[in-house]
Amino acid sequence: MHKVLIVDDSKLARMVMASAFRRIRPDWTLVETTNANEALAAVSGGAVDIALIDFNMPGIDGLELVANIRKTHPNMPVAVVSANVQNEIIGRARDLNAGFIPKPLTDESLAAFLSGAALRLKKSST
Amino acid sequence: MIKDASQLTEIEQDALAEIANMGVSRAASSLRLLVGEEVLLSVPSVKIVTREAASKLVERGNAKKLVAVEQTFEGPFDGKALLIFPEAQSLELVRSIVGDEHTLEDVIDLEQEALAETGNIILNGCLATIANVLNRTMRMSLPSIVRGDGATLFEVQGPASGEQFVLFLYIDFNIKARDVHGFIALLMDLPSIAALKTIVNDFIEAIEKQPSGHAG
Repeated sequence: MHKVLIVDDSKLARMVMASAFRRIRPDWTLVETTNANEALAAVSGGAVDIALIDFNMPGIDGLELVANIRKTHPNMPVAVVSANVQNEIIGRARDLNAGFIPKPLTDESLAAFLSGAALRLKKSST
Repeated sequence: MIKDASQLTEIEQDALAEIANMGVSRAASSLRLLVGEEVLLSVPSVKIVTREAASKLVERGNAKKLVAVEQTFEGPFDGKALLIFPEAQSLELVRSIVGDEHTLEDVIDLEQEALAETGNIILNGCLATIANVLNRTMRMSLPSIVRGDGATLFEVQGPASGEQFVLFLYIDFNIKARDVHGFIALLMDLPSIAALKTIVNDFIEAIEKQPSGHAG
């Protein structure tokens, strides 16, 4: 069981994500935030294992947020979630050691990322 | 006077912005392949406004001379999708697609065709993503080019002007390495807004109530 931070300014997008978790990982806990500042507060609170972050948000965008999280959490499994599948976006996510999950979200792409994330967390705890 | 159909609840507004954002983000990714440069997008805006107000919004900060590629769409809801640029930048856009080695004459010759093809790829990508997310089918017309001010693009004086309010979804985009920026706008009139609201509400309900179903 892990605690997953969801960062998206869209309520609909958070609902779609939560709905997918109910199917894939019903026992994991979700923490929903709507912007980068709330997200950073949740991360520094220390209870978050994994973060799923929308790219196109008002204020600080998702990639800037990942860069911020990396300063204190270099190994936390993080994915940028966006329909903006341009090479630059995916490449910048990769440079930040973050995954990329395309929108519209599918159970398959989310499940694949979460399996990898769970594995990494297991390894780092042993 | 504002009627019921011309008001969006908070979640409807949110859902339309998110769905439009997915459509435009996918479309921007197609544009990126065409021009070979990163395309930057703004956060989407969704408004129900008069055609006249919409026309003023696209002129804001821009020259009044605009060029648009327009495609109409039909299905459970009907409307018009436009890819809009300041006219002064359309040649630069064409150049970014066909390559810098072409002469100005070539670029001018290619302009109409290149704009139509660009519009076709971008607007189809955008509308197809929206249709897929909502699990509906939409038919798209062939692209046509329209030149003029905002009022011409949005037919402020046209036969449809009786339908005062339109749903106006727009996102700014900017080709990073070039001086090219534009808008993607979707326009729908009141009966289509009502139909779209029903579909969006069904979509939201499906996410909430069917944990075992498929949610976009």
